[in-house]
Amino acid sequence: MLNYTFQFGTVWREWPLLVAGLLTTIRLSIISMVLGTVVATVAAAASVYGSRALRVSVLAYVEFTRNTPFLVQVLTVYLGLPSLGVHLSAGDAAILAMTINIGAYGSEIVRAGIESIPKGQIEAAKALGLRPALIFRLVVFRQALIAIYPALASQFMLLMLSTSIVSAIAVEELTATANTIQSRTFRTFEVYFVVTLIYIALSLLFRAAFHFIHVRWVRVR
Amino acid sequence: MIRDFSTGDLLLLLLAARWTVALSLIAFAGGAMAGLAVALARASSAAIPRYAAMVYIELFQDTPLLMLLFVVFFGANVLGFQVSPWAAASIGLTLYGSAFLGEIWRGCLESVPTGQREAAKALGLKPWQAMVFVVLPQALRLSIPPTIGFLVQLVKNTSLASIIGFTELTRTGQLVNNATYRPLAVFLAVSLIYFALCWPLSLASRQLEKRLGQPLV
Repeated sequence: MLNYTFQFGTVWREWPLLVAGLLTTIRLSIISMVLGTVVATVAAAASVYGSRALRVSVLAYVEFTRNTPFLVQVLTVYLGLPSLGVHLSAGDAAILAMTINIGAYGSEIVRAGIESIPKGQIEAAKALGLRPALIFRLVVFRQALIAIYPALASQFMLLMLSTSIVSAIAVEELTATANTIQSRTFRTFEVYFVVTLIYIALSLLFRAAFHFIHVRWVRVR
Repeated sequence: MIRDFSTGDLLLLLLAARWTVALSLIAFAGGAMAGLAVALARASSAAIPRYAAMVYIELFQDTPLLMLLFVVFFGANVLGFQVSPWAAASIGLTLYGSAFLGEIWRGCLESVPTGQREAAKALGLKPWQAMVFVVLPQALRLSIPPTIGFLVQLVKNTSLASIIGFTELTRTGQLVNNATYRPLAVFLAVSLIYFALCWPLSLASRQLEKRLGQPLV
Protein backbone atom coordinates (compact mmCIF):
# COMPACT_ATOMS: atom_id res chain seq x y z
CA MET A 1 0.00 0.00 0.00
CA LEU A 2 1.26 3.45 -0.84
CA ASN A 3 1.34 5.40 2.37
CA TYR A 4 3.81 8.00 1.24
CA THR A 5 3.24 11.68 0.54
CA PHE A 6 5.23 12.96 -2.37
CA GLN A 7 6.88 16.30 -1.66
CA PHE A 8 8.56 17.74 -4.68
CA GLY A 9 8.78 21.20 -3.08
CA THR A 10 11.67 20.17 -0.83
CA VAL A 11 13.60 19.11 -3.92
CA TRP A 12 12.95 22.29 -5.88
CA ARG A 13 14.07 24.34 -2.90
CA GLU A 14 17.55 22.88 -3.48
CA TRP A 15 17.69 24.34 -6.98
CA PRO A 16 21.03 26.15 -6.53
CA LEU A 17 22.69 22.77 -5.88
CA LEU A 18 20.92 21.20 -8.85
CA VAL A 19 22.02 24.03 -11.15
CA ALA A 20 25.63 23.73 -9.94
CA GLY A 21 25.52 19.97 -10.54
CA LEU A 22 24.00 20.46 -13.97
CA LEU A 23 26.70 22.95 -14.96
CA THR A 24 29.43 20.55 -13.79
CA THR A 25 27.90 17.77 -15.88
CA ILE A 26 27.83 20.03 -18.95
CA ARG A 27 31.39 21.25 -18.33
CA LEU A 28 32.79 17.72 -17.86
CA SER A 29 30.97 16.53 -20.99
CA ILE A 30 32.20 19.34 -23.22
CA ILE A 31 35.81 19.25 -22.02
CA SER A 32 36.09 15.50 -22.49
CA MET A 33 34.35 15.65 -25.88
CA VAL A 34 36.98 18.12 -27.12
CA LEU A 35 39.97 16.29 -25.57
CA GLY A 36 38.54 12.91 -26.56
CA THR A 37 38.17 13.97 -30.18
CA VAL A 38 41.84 15.01 -30.24
CA VAL A 39 42.90 11.64 -28.79
CA ALA A 40 40.56 9.81 -31.17
CA THR A 41 41.97 11.61 -34.21
CA VAL A 42 45.59 11.02 -33.20
CA ALA A 43 44.88 7.35 -32.43
CA ALA A 44 43.01 6.87 -35.71
CA ALA A 45 45.76 8.55 -37.74
CA ALA A 46 48.33 6.38 -35.95
CA SER A 47 46.39 3.20 -36.70
CA VAL A 48 46.00 4.08 -40.39
CA TYR A 49 49.39 5.64 -41.22
CA GLY A 50 51.59 4.47 -38.34
CA SER A 51 54.24 1.77 -38.14
CA ARG A 52 53.32 -1.76 -37.16
CA ALA A 53 54.30 -1.24 -33.50
CA LEU A 54 52.21 1.92 -33.34
CA ARG A 55 49.23 0.16 -34.94
CA VAL A 56 49.42 -2.69 -32.46
CA SER A 57 49.62 -0.37 -29.46
CA VAL A 58 46.62 1.66 -30.66
CA LEU A 59 44.72 -1.59 -31.19
CA ALA A 60 45.57 -2.72 -27.64
CA TYR A 61 44.43 0.64 -26.21
CA VAL A 62 41.15 0.58 -28.15
CA GLU A 63 40.29 -3.04 -27.44
CA PHE A 64 41.17 -2.84 -23.76
CA THR A 65 39.16 0.34 -23.24
CA ARG A 66 36.14 -0.90 -25.17
CA ASN A 67 36.00 -4.20 -23.30
CA THR A 68 36.24 -2.96 -19.72
CA PRO A 69 33.58 -1.01 -17.76
CA PHE A 70 33.83 2.77 -17.59
CA LEU A 71 33.35 2.64 -13.81
CA VAL A 72 36.46 0.46 -13.44
CA GLN A 73 38.41 2.88 -15.67
CA VAL A 74 37.32 5.78 -13.47
CA LEU A 75 38.36 3.93 -10.29
CA THR A 76 41.69 2.90 -11.82
CA VAL A 77 42.54 6.47 -12.80
CA TYR A 78 41.38 8.05 -9.54
CA LEU A 79 42.61 5.45 -7.05
CA GLY A 80 45.39 3.82 -9.04
CA LEU A 81 47.39 6.75 -10.45
CA PRO A 82 48.43 8.20 -7.04
CA SER A 83 50.46 5.04 -6.39
CA LEU A 84 52.45 5.96 -9.52
CA GLY A 85 52.99 9.41 -8.04
CA VAL A 86 50.34 11.14 -10.18
CA HIS A 87 47.87 12.95 -7.96
CA LEU A 88 44.75 14.22 -9.67
CA SER A 89 41.70 15.92 -8.21
CA ALA A 90 38.47 13.94 -8.59
CA GLY A 91 37.35 16.30 -11.36
CA ASP A 92 40.60 15.95 -13.32
CA ALA A 93 40.58 12.17 -12.85
CA ALA A 94 37.03 12.10 -14.23
CA ILE A 95 38.03 14.16 -17.28
CA LEU A 96 41.08 11.94 -17.88
CA ALA A 97 39.00 8.74 -17.64
CA MET A 98 36.32 10.14 -19.95
CA THR A 99 38.94 11.32 -22.45
CA ILE A 100 40.56 7.87 -22.50
CA ASN A 101 37.14 6.28 -22.97
CA ILE A 102 35.82 8.53 -25.73
CA GLY A 103 39.25 8.48 -27.39
CA ALA A 104 38.99 4.70 -27.84
CA TYR A 105 35.41 4.65 -29.10
CA GLY A 106 35.96 7.74 -31.20
CA SER A 107 39.14 6.44 -32.85
CA GLU A 108 37.22 3.53 -34.37
CA ILE A 109 34.71 5.99 -35.81
CA VAL A 110 37.38 8.40 -37.10
CA ARG A 111 39.35 5.51 -38.60
CA ALA A 112 36.29 4.35 -40.53
CA GLY A 113 35.94 7.93 -41.79
CA ILE A 114 39.58 8.17 -42.89
CA GLU A 115 39.36 4.82 -44.67
CA SER A 116 36.21 5.94 -46.49
CA ILE A 117 38.15 8.59 -48.46
CA PRO A 118 38.95 7.26 -51.97
CA LYS A 119 42.68 6.75 -52.61
CA GLY A 120 42.41 8.66 -55.88
CA GLN A 121 41.72 11.90 -54.03
CA ILE A 122 44.87 11.56 -51.97
CA GLU A 123 46.87 10.74 -55.09
CA ALA A 124 45.36 13.75 -56.83
CA ALA A 125 46.30 15.97 -53.87
CA LYS A 126 49.84 14.57 -53.99
CA ALA A 127 50.01 15.21 -57.71
CA LEU A 128 49.01 18.82 -57.05
CA GLY A 129 52.00 19.08 -54.71
CA LEU A 130 50.26 19.26 -51.34
CA ARG A 131 52.28 18.29 -48.30
CA PRO A 132 51.11 15.21 -46.30
CA ALA A 133 49.95 17.33 -43.33
CA LEU A 134 47.91 19.55 -45.61
CA ILE A 135 46.47 16.55 -47.46
CA PHE A 136 45.35 15.07 -44.14
CA ARG A 137 43.78 18.31 -43.00
CA LEU A 138 42.09 19.49 -46.20
CA VAL A 139 41.34 16.31 -48.10
CA VAL A 140 41.03 13.51 -45.57
CA PHE A 141 39.98 14.98 -42.22
CA ARG A 142 37.34 17.42 -43.41
CA GLN A 143 35.55 14.91 -45.59
CA ALA A 144 35.89 12.19 -42.95
CA LEU A 145 34.38 14.53 -40.35
CA ILE A 146 31.33 15.10 -42.54
CA ALA A 147 30.89 11.34 -43.00
CA ILE A 148 31.30 10.39 -39.35
CA TYR A 149 29.59 13.33 -37.66
CA PRO A 150 26.31 11.49 -36.89
CA ALA A 151 28.13 8.49 -35.38
CA LEU A 152 30.41 10.76 -33.37
CA ALA A 153 27.45 12.80 -32.10
CA SER A 154 25.63 9.72 -30.82
CA GLN A 155 28.83 8.57 -29.11
CA PHE A 156 28.99 11.99 -27.42
CA MET A 157 25.40 11.57 -26.23
CA LEU A 158 26.40 8.29 -24.56
CA LEU A 159 29.40 10.03 -23.00
CA MET A 160 27.20 12.78 -21.60
CA LEU A 161 24.97 10.19 -19.91
CA SER A 162 27.96 8.23 -18.61
CA THR A 163 29.21 11.31 -16.72
CA SER A 164 26.73 10.20 -14.05
CA ILE A 165 29.16 7.36 -13.27
CA VAL A 166 31.88 9.74 -12.07
CA SER A 167 29.66 10.50 -9.08
CA ALA A 168 31.27 7.30 -7.73
CA ILE A 169 34.50 9.25 -7.10
CA ALA A 170 32.73 12.22 -5.52
CA VAL A 171 32.76 14.63 -8.44
CA GLU A 172 29.89 16.98 -7.64
CA GLU A 173 28.02 16.58 -10.92
CA LEU A 174 24.29 16.10 -11.31
CA THR A 175 24.04 12.54 -9.96
CA ALA A 176 26.27 13.27 -6.97
CA THR A 177 24.13 16.36 -6.30
CA ALA A 178 21.07 14.11 -6.28
CA ASN A 179 22.77 11.87 -3.72
CA THR A 180 23.65 14.89 -1.57
CA ILE A 181 20.10 16.26 -1.66
CA GLN A 182 18.55 12.90 -0.90
CA SER A 183 20.78 12.36 2.12
CA ARG A 184 19.86 15.83 3.35
CA THR A 185 16.09 15.78 2.74
CA PHE A 186 15.32 12.01 2.71
CA ARG A 187 13.04 12.73 -0.28
CA THR A 188 14.75 9.94 -2.15
CA PHE A 189 12.26 9.07 -4.85
CA GLU A 190 11.41 12.70 -5.62
CA VAL A 191 15.07 13.68 -5.99
CA TYR A 192 15.93 10.88 -8.41
CA PHE A 193 12.72 11.45 -10.34
CA VAL A 194 13.46 15.17 -10.79
CA VAL A 195 17.09 14.52 -11.71
CA THR A 196 16.00 11.90 -14.25
CA LEU A 197 13.80 14.56 -15.86
CA ILE A 198 16.76 16.97 -15.90
CA TYR A 199 18.86 14.34 -17.68
CA ILE A 200 16.13 13.86 -20.29
CA ALA A 201 16.01 17.63 -20.84
CA LEU A 202 19.81 17.70 -21.08
CA SER A 203 19.76 14.88 -23.65
CA LEU A 204 17.27 16.79 -25.76
CA LEU A 205 19.37 19.96 -25.42
CA PHE A 206 22.57 18.20 -26.51
CA ARG A 207 20.77 16.53 -29.39
CA ALA A 208 19.43 19.90 -30.53
CA ALA A 209 22.90 21.44 -30.23
CA PHE A 210 24.50 18.65 -32.28
CA HIS A 211 21.78 19.05 -34.88
CA PHE A 212 22.39 22.80 -35.01
CA ILE A 213 26.14 22.29 -35.45
CA HIS A 214 25.44 19.74 -38.16
CA VAL A 215 23.15 22.01 -40.14
CA ARG A 216 25.21 25.15 -39.60
CA TRP A 217 28.82 23.96 -40.05
CA VAL A 218 29.19 20.32 -40.96
CA ARG A 219 26.61 19.40 -43.56
CA VAL A 220 27.56 20.07 -47.17
CA ARG A 221 25.13 22.40 -48.88
CA MET B 1 45.23 -3.79 9.19
CA ILE B 2 46.54 -3.71 5.65
CA ARG B 3 47.44 -7.03 4.07
CA ASP B 4 49.13 -7.82 0.79
CA PHE B 5 47.33 -8.44 -2.50
CA SER B 6 47.67 -12.21 -2.70
CA THR B 7 46.49 -15.10 -4.83
CA GLY B 8 43.66 -15.49 -2.32
CA ASP B 9 42.40 -12.05 -3.31
CA LEU B 10 42.67 -12.94 -6.96
CA LEU B 11 40.56 -16.01 -6.27
CA LEU B 12 38.04 -13.81 -4.47
CA LEU B 13 37.79 -11.60 -7.56
CA LEU B 14 37.36 -14.59 -9.85
CA LEU B 15 34.58 -15.93 -7.62
CA ALA B 16 32.93 -12.51 -7.60
CA ALA B 17 32.91 -12.59 -11.40
CA ARG B 18 30.26 -15.30 -11.08
CA TRP B 19 27.83 -12.64 -9.87
CA THR B 20 28.71 -10.40 -12.78
CA VAL B 21 28.02 -13.29 -15.15
CA ALA B 22 24.79 -14.23 -13.35
CA LEU B 23 23.51 -10.66 -13.39
CA SER B 24 24.40 -10.34 -17.08
CA LEU B 25 22.53 -13.54 -17.92
CA ILE B 26 19.43 -12.52 -15.95
CA ALA B 27 19.39 -9.06 -17.51
CA PHE B 28 19.93 -10.53 -20.95
CA ALA B 29 17.18 -13.13 -20.61
CA GLY B 30 14.70 -10.61 -19.19
CA GLY B 31 15.79 -7.89 -21.58
CA ALA B 32 15.47 -10.24 -24.56
CA MET B 33 11.91 -11.26 -23.70
CA ALA B 34 10.73 -7.73 -23.05
CA GLY B 35 12.86 -6.41 -25.91
CA LEU B 36 11.15 -8.68 -28.42
CA ALA B 37 7.79 -7.26 -27.35
CA VAL B 38 9.18 -3.72 -27.65
CA ALA B 39 10.60 -4.45 -31.12
CA LEU B 40 7.32 -5.97 -32.35
CA ALA B 41 5.36 -3.02 -30.94
CA ARG B 42 7.83 -0.56 -32.49
CA ALA B 43 7.55 -2.22 -35.91
CA SER B 44 3.77 -2.63 -35.61
CA SER B 45 1.42 -0.95 -38.05
CA ALA B 46 -0.94 0.14 -35.25
CA ALA B 47 -0.18 3.67 -34.04
CA ILE B 48 -0.63 3.29 -30.26
CA PRO B 49 1.82 0.41 -29.65
CA ARG B 50 4.27 2.01 -32.07
CA TYR B 51 4.32 5.35 -30.26
CA ALA B 52 4.29 3.72 -26.82
CA ALA B 53 7.37 1.69 -27.77
CA MET B 54 9.01 4.78 -29.21
CA VAL B 55 8.54 6.75 -25.99
CA TYR B 56 9.75 3.75 -23.95
CA ILE B 57 12.94 3.46 -25.99
CA GLU B 58 13.58 7.23 -25.93
CA LEU B 59 13.10 7.35 -22.17
CA PHE B 60 15.83 4.80 -21.52
CA GLN B 61 18.16 6.15 -24.17
CA ASP B 62 17.99 9.67 -22.72
CA THR B 63 18.63 8.83 -19.06
CA PRO B 64 21.77 7.41 -17.46
CA LEU B 65 21.51 3.75 -16.47
CA LEU B 66 22.75 4.69 -13.01
CA MET B 67 19.71 6.98 -12.54
CA LEU B 68 17.44 4.13 -13.61
CA LEU B 69 19.03 1.85 -11.00
CA PHE B 70 18.56 4.52 -8.31
CA VAL B 71 14.91 5.05 -9.28
CA VAL B 72 14.20 1.31 -9.22
CA PHE B 73 16.12 0.68 -6.00
CA PHE B 74 14.80 3.63 -3.99
CA GLY B 75 11.47 3.93 -5.83
CA ALA B 76 10.43 0.39 -5.01
CA ASN B 77 11.21 1.00 -1.35
CA VAL B 78 9.05 4.13 -1.37
CA LEU B 79 6.21 2.09 -2.87
CA GLY B 80 6.55 -0.25 0.09
CA PHE B 81 8.41 -3.16 -1.50
CA GLN B 82 11.59 -4.18 0.24
CA VAL B 83 13.95 -4.64 -2.70
CA SER B 84 17.45 -6.06 -2.38
CA PRO B 85 20.23 -4.50 -4.48
CA TRP B 86 20.34 -7.83 -6.37
CA ALA B 87 16.66 -7.58 -7.37
CA ALA B 88 16.88 -3.85 -8.14
CA ALA B 89 19.93 -4.38 -10.37
CA SER B 90 18.18 -7.25 -12.18
CA ILE B 91 15.05 -5.19 -12.79
CA GLY B 92 16.94 -2.05 -13.79
CA LEU B 93 19.26 -3.85 -16.21
CA THR B 94 16.33 -5.80 -17.65
CA LEU B 95 14.45 -2.57 -18.41
CA TYR B 96 17.59 -1.05 -19.88
CA GLY B 97 18.26 -4.17 -21.96
CA SER B 98 14.70 -4.33 -23.24
CA ALA B 99 14.81 -0.76 -24.56
CA PHE B 100 18.15 -1.15 -26.33
CA LEU B 101 17.47 -4.65 -27.67
CA GLY B 102 14.03 -3.44 -28.78
CA GLU B 103 15.64 -0.68 -30.83
CA ILE B 104 18.32 -3.00 -32.27
CA TRP B 105 15.77 -5.66 -33.23
CA ARG B 106 13.37 -3.14 -34.74
CA GLY B 107 16.15 -2.27 -37.17
CA CYS B 108 16.57 -5.97 -37.99
CA LEU B 109 12.83 -6.48 -38.51
CA GLU B 110 12.69 -3.47 -40.82
CA SER B 111 15.68 -4.55 -42.86
CA VAL B 112 13.82 -7.66 -44.01
CA PRO B 113 12.53 -6.59 -47.47
CA THR B 114 8.79 -5.76 -47.53
CA GLY B 115 8.43 -8.03 -50.56
CA GLN B 116 8.86 -10.98 -48.20
CA ARG B 117 5.83 -9.97 -46.18
CA GLU B 118 3.81 -9.22 -49.31
CA ALA B 119 4.72 -12.61 -50.78
CA ALA B 120 3.63 -14.30 -47.56
CA LYS B 121 0.36 -12.39 -47.71
CA ALA B 122 -0.13 -13.38 -51.35
CA LEU B 123 0.37 -17.02 -50.34
CA GLY B 124 -2.50 -16.64 -47.89
CA LEU B 125 -0.56 -16.43 -44.62
CA LYS B 126 -2.14 -14.45 -41.83
CA PRO B 127 -0.17 -11.40 -40.57
CA TRP B 128 1.09 -13.25 -37.46
CA GLN B 129 2.06 -16.26 -39.58
CA ALA B 130 3.97 -14.00 -41.95
CA MET B 131 5.75 -12.48 -38.95
CA VAL B 132 6.57 -15.77 -37.21
CA PHE B 133 7.44 -17.96 -40.20
CA VAL B 134 8.80 -15.46 -42.74
CA VAL B 135 10.06 -12.21 -41.19
CA LEU B 136 11.36 -13.30 -37.77
CA PRO B 137 13.64 -16.13 -39.01
CA GLN B 138 15.32 -13.75 -41.46
CA ALA B 139 15.55 -10.95 -38.91
CA LEU B 140 17.03 -13.39 -36.39
CA ARG B 141 20.00 -14.06 -38.66
CA LEU B 142 20.65 -10.33 -39.05
CA SER B 143 20.24 -9.68 -35.35
CA ILE B 144 22.93 -11.99 -34.00
CA PRO B 145 26.04 -9.76 -34.40
CA PRO B 146 24.53 -6.55 -32.94
CA THR B 147 22.89 -8.54 -30.14
CA ILE B 148 26.22 -10.03 -29.09
CA GLY B 149 27.70 -6.54 -29.35
CA PHE B 150 25.06 -5.28 -26.96
CA LEU B 151 25.76 -8.18 -24.60
CA VAL B 152 29.25 -6.68 -24.17
CA GLN B 153 27.66 -3.38 -23.10
CA LEU B 154 25.41 -5.27 -20.70
CA VAL B 155 28.28 -7.16 -19.06
CA LYS B 156 30.19 -3.90 -18.61
CA ASN B 157 27.14 -2.08 -17.27
CA THR B 158 26.51 -4.68 -14.57
CA SER B 159 29.43 -2.89 -12.85
CA LEU B 160 27.00 -0.06 -11.99
CA ALA B 161 25.14 -2.46 -9.70
CA SER B 162 28.11 -2.05 -7.36
CA ILE B 163 27.04 1.56 -6.72
CA ILE B 164 23.67 0.48 -5.29
CA GLY B 165 25.49 -2.05 -3.12
CA PHE B 166 25.39 -5.32 -5.05
CA THR B 167 28.61 -7.22 -4.46
CA GLU B 168 29.74 -8.24 -7.92
CA LEU B 169 33.17 -7.98 -9.51
CA THR B 170 33.67 -4.20 -9.29
CA ARG B 171 32.48 -3.92 -5.70
CA THR B 172 34.59 -6.88 -4.66
CA GLY B 173 37.50 -5.06 -6.28
CA GLN B 174 36.77 -2.00 -4.16
CA LEU B 175 36.54 -4.14 -1.00
CA VAL B 176 39.81 -5.91 -1.78
CA ASN B 177 41.40 -2.52 -2.46
CA ASN B 178 40.21 -1.24 0.91
CA ALA B 179 41.85 -4.21 2.61
CA THR B 180 45.12 -4.29 0.66
CA TYR B 181 45.49 -0.74 -0.60
CA ARG B 182 47.00 -1.87 -3.87
CA PRO B 183 44.62 -0.03 -6.22
CA LEU B 184 46.60 -0.44 -9.43
CA ALA B 185 47.08 -4.19 -9.02
CA VAL B 186 43.49 -4.75 -7.86
CA PHE B 187 41.77 -2.73 -10.57
CA LEU B 188 44.11 -4.07 -13.24
CA ALA B 189 43.08 -7.59 -12.18
CA VAL B 190 39.40 -6.54 -12.21
CA SER B 191 39.83 -5.00 -15.68
CA LEU B 192 41.49 -8.14 -16.99
CA ILE B 193 38.62 -10.30 -15.75
CA TYR B 194 36.08 -8.04 -17.47
CA PHE B 195 38.28 -8.07 -20.57
CA ALA B 196 38.35 -11.87 -20.54
CA LEU B 197 34.54 -11.89 -20.40
CA CYS B 198 33.94 -9.21 -23.03
CA TRP B 199 36.68 -9.55 -25.61
CA PRO B 200 35.64 -12.97 -26.95
CA LEU B 201 32.11 -11.64 -27.35
CA SER B 202 33.38 -8.54 -29.20
CA LEU B 203 35.48 -10.70 -31.53
CA ALA B 204 32.58 -13.09 -32.17
CA SER B 205 30.25 -10.20 -32.94
CA ARG B 206 32.71 -8.69 -35.42
CA GLN B 207 33.41 -12.05 -37.04
CA LEU B 208 29.72 -12.86 -37.48
CA GLU B 209 29.07 -9.41 -38.88
CA LYS B 210 31.79 -9.92 -41.47
CA ARG B 211 30.24 -13.24 -42.40
CA LEU B 212 26.88 -11.61 -43.00
CA GLY B 213 28.61 -9.58 -45.68
CA GLN B 214 26.90 -6.34 -44.83
CA PRO B 215 27.68 -4.20 -41.82
CA LEU B 216 24.79 -3.51 -39.48
CA VAL B 217 25.13 -0.42 -37.39
